[in-house]
Amino acid sequence: MKTCLIVDDSRLIRRVARGILEDLQFQIREAGNGQDALEQCRAEMPDAVLLDWNMPVMNGIDFLRALRQEPGGQAPTVVFCTTECDMSHITEALSAGANEYVMKPFDGDIIEAKFSEVGLV
Amino acid sequence: MNSTVTEASVSFIAEVVLKRSGLILSADKGYLVESRINPVARKEGFASIEALVAAMRARPDEKLMWAVTDALTTNETFFFRDKTPFDQFRDEVLPALKGRSTLRVWCAACSTGQEPYSLAMLMEEVKGTYPGMKLDICASDISERVLEKAQAGLYSKFEVQRGLPITHLVKYFEPAEDAFRVKPALRQSIRWRPFNLLDDPRVLGRFDVVFCRNVLIYFDPPTKQKVLERIASVTAPDGFLFLGAAETVMGVTDAFKAIPAKRGLYGRDAGVRKAA
Repeated sequence: MKTCLIVDDSRLIRRVARGILEDLQFQIREAGNGQDALEQCRAEMPDAVLLDWNMPVMNGIDFLRALRQEPGGQAPTVVFCTTECDMSHITEALSAGANEYVMKPFDGDIIEAKFSEVGLV
Repeated sequence: MNSTVTEASVSFIAEVVLKRSGLILSADKGYLVESRINPVARKEGFASIEALVAAMRARPDEKLMWAVTDALTTNETFFFRDKTPFDQFRDEVLPALKGRSTLRVWCAACSTGQEPYSLAMLMEEVKGTYPGMKLDICASDISERVLEKAQAGLYSKFEVQRGLPITHLVKYFEPAEDAFRVKPALRQSIRWRPFNLLDDPRVLGRFDVVFCRNVLIYFDPPTKQKVLERIASVTAPDGFLFLGAAETVMGVTDAFKAIPAKRGLYGRDAGVRKAA
């Protein structure tokens, strides 16, 4: 079973995403900010990360840059999931090493389509 | 507004639609008629579907008949829908037709445009492998309403997230208000034409590849045969046809042959499909 770390400061978003990804047969871990997520990744790299942009303590883009510098940090497939929908944010995310990008609001079809696009389902 | 619709009215509307588009609307589709035709009735100033039907019975008005037909066509689509046909186009069809200076493709029921745009993007991605090959896409649909949307190339956040890789969004789209618009170069590379599949397609030209996916399922067997044979009449002898995964030519026509192990892909003539 593949693992997915859901990183979002909204408990509601984490709950919705968990439901969708559990239906796609992922084992779920959760983090409420980038720092917490980075520590979890250092302990054990997940197969996938669903990543919010704007969070307290450490935001999504800083987390992603730090993750990609970690030993084994190139391995997780990172899918941004954010309300930031302008091209400059998308381009910045791709440059930092994001594999796909979901623009909120999302639904199960979009998550499945994006995870399928990067070979996770 | 009264939202109930009688069986007699559903039958009348089904006749109108069948005659103009070949689309079969079974008697159990009352809910579909209700949800799709209520807005048409309202827009045309009728108090109910029954009033609209009464007016159409009293005085056949082609414009109204087409508005009803248009509303009942199904336009479900998304970018790179089903993925496999696009892989087959890249891996089987393009190598087989490599010598062409112009590859003529017809998207025969292009709906809101995602299929022809997907093909145009795909071709951009592989053009280095086919130097000198130009892609000429003709995209047609019976509905002028959806063609207008296709031609505008404007898609919501939801639409661009179904099947479109994010790298393609960045490369081939530009932001437009709360949506994304296909960049002009890609938009202008496609010829958009209103076309009814029941008509003679020779007015559109001749083609090397035809995409006609998820359309035949709505036709009765004689109409399927007629449409397929007309498509064959404008397809090159070594050309290809893509149908939806649930569609087939078997038992309908000999004009196309299934390509072994390539579901949904058909050749005009088995004898000239060596590369496939």
